[in-house]
Amino acid sequence: MAGRNPFVPIDRKLSPVQTSVPFIEVDSLEKIFTIRRKAGLLKRSKREVRAVDGISFGVERGEMVGYIGPNGAGKSTTIKMLTGILTPSGGRLRVAGIDPARERTRLAQRIGVVFGQRTTLWWDLPLKDSYGLMHRMYRIPDARYRENLDRCVELLDLGELLDVPVRQLSLGQRMRGDIAAALLHDPEVLYLDEPTIGLDVVSKARVREFLRELNTTRSTTVLLTTHDLTDIEQLCSRVMVIDHGRLMYDGKLTGLHAVGESERLLVVDLERELPPIEDVPGARFVRSEGPRQYLAFPASSSAAPLVAAVAAAYPLVDLSVREPDIEAVIAKMYGGTREERRESLM
Amino acid sequence: MAEALRTSRDSRRAYPLVSDSWRTYRMVAGMWIRSTMTYRSSFALTLVTSFCVTFFDFVVILLMFGQVRGLGGFSFAEVALLYGTTGTSFGLADLTMGSLQRMGKRVRDGSLDTFLMRPAPLLAQVAADKFALRRFGRVAQGLLVLVWALVLLDVAWTPVKVLLLPVMLVSGAVIFAAVMVLGASALFWMQDAAEVTSSFTYGGNTLLQYPPTIFAQELVRGVVFVVPLAFVNWLPALYVLGRPAPAGVPGWAVFASPLVAAVCCGVAGIAWRAGIRSYRSTGS
Repeated sequence: MAGRNPFVPIDRKLSPVQTSVPFIEVDSLEKIFTIRRKAGLLKRSKREVRAVDGISFGVERGEMVGYIGPNGAGKSTTIKMLTGILTPSGGRLRVAGIDPARERTRLAQRIGVVFGQRTTLWWDLPLKDSYGLMHRMYRIPDARYRENLDRCVELLDLGELLDVPVRQLSLGQRMRGDIAAALLHDPEVLYLDEPTIGLDVVSKARVREFLRELNTTRSTTVLLTTHDLTDIEQLCSRVMVIDHGRLMYDGKLTGLHAVGESERLLVVDLERELPPIEDVPGARFVRSEGPRQYLAFPASSSAAPLVAAVAAAYPLVDLSVREPDIEAVIAKMYGGTREERRESLM
Repeated sequence: MAEALRTSRDSRRAYPLVSDSWRTYRMVAGMWIRSTMTYRSSFALTLVTSFCVTFFDFVVILLMFGQVRGLGGFSFAEVALLYGTTGTSFGLADLTMGSLQRMGKRVRDGSLDTFLMRPAPLLAQVAADKFALRRFGRVAQGLLVLVWALVLLDVAWTPVKVLLLPVMLVSGAVIFAAVMVLGASALFWMQDAAEVTSSFTYGGNTLLQYPPTIFAQELVRGVVFVVPLAFVNWLPALYVLGRPAPAGVPGWAVFASPLVAAVCCGVAGIAWRAGIRSYRSTGS
């Protein structure tokens, strides 16, 4: 019996309060794929790809976390290990105290998954038939099922779609249908892989509104991967950035600016065309368009002393401050890691 | 030690696993039947086609006996018995497990992921995937030929022989099903292995329609000892027909079909588990 789980007693000794163990625990998680390629007529060359290369994090119950990174960074691979679809090559992983790969079907009762590019709905059957299958497959008590379905139908506006065969639904309608299907069994965690991909503005807004409501009223833990940073800005208090299978950043979205060394822009309109302003400390001249000049300064410092210094020395007509673009910040982070990689390779 | 603990826990869970699988199978198959019924005329057409295709198979044997009196020392009724038993067994396995051969596509395009997320046994979900009632045509045709054979046969029926008949059909179906599961397990590593499995299942079915006496001894030994297809119908049927077992095969082997079926299931189960653990999914 002692050999079953050596980690639990140690954890308890360190922290007697049970709740201090995060709901999702990931420790030095690795996934290595071996790629075999034809190198000749019969020869095969073997190559190892570290899709996930030693990631550690914890997610508390009720958190809403954004998981972002470029294509092929290892986002989906992580999610698939968290759901038990893929078996990790190394490291330790617990979701609600369960080892996903070993007890996949038991964990499935407690999690909901939505893959934006893959539907779980039945193509030729009316939407409500798919929900009926969920009802029976997850053994959801009748009253609970009715209540959850009614709530999803109301909030995701599915009322008129229940009798429509899934193949006739639009992409946005189907996504809403898929989200509802993932929530009928009251999952404690919801994984969303690109939930707003390909949706129009109205559908996106509705999906986001629904997720926010779910998180606040049900305190469902949400982990979402996305390419749309507006999703993150509007939903997630915490963001994790992954690239090349490594965690580059884990913290508040605003903190990304400091890490990414991002800069804000001070746009200065002068009375007339003047030589570049280069004598103001803390600011860097970027470019000018006639009487308008652009000055960059670190996002972490205040704009007030700069404005005062410029106003004192130059004939100022108008000015404005431009916030850094979060996408640019992240792109810069990815770029940075590429540079480092290249250097370390050389 | 941990390994031993796990297996003991698994064996305690064995019964719920079977009942869970059956429950899942019924649910998923039910959904597919309803899906097919949305295209009714197309369903009726495929049902007729399927029946015709398998029936022509039998017509070939019928025509052959129009020309020759016996086949490898077997009379028409005796060959019909072989045909009917393997046809029924294979038909049952194909009806329930035939979709496993199409799992390669699910592995390749990653749609197997959605099955793995559900709280239900994967094998049952994949086996019931695209469940097609039209495959019942094969079972019906096998049974029809079997009944015909039983009417024509001149056999001194004993209680053992009567009992051996249903045992043979069920064991045969289980052996075919286990081979299909084994083949599907290989699809986790090689998505194009379905052709190899087909040669054992569809090919095996065709082989077993004919008397073992017309084949080379090496081939017969191969299907006894390597891929144990001979236990589907050859060996038990030889006993029913009062013929000796092929050379080199022990006498008790004619009753061993259920045992062989159980062993096949064990091997297939192990392979299947190994397959799931090495599933790689796709890029996104």
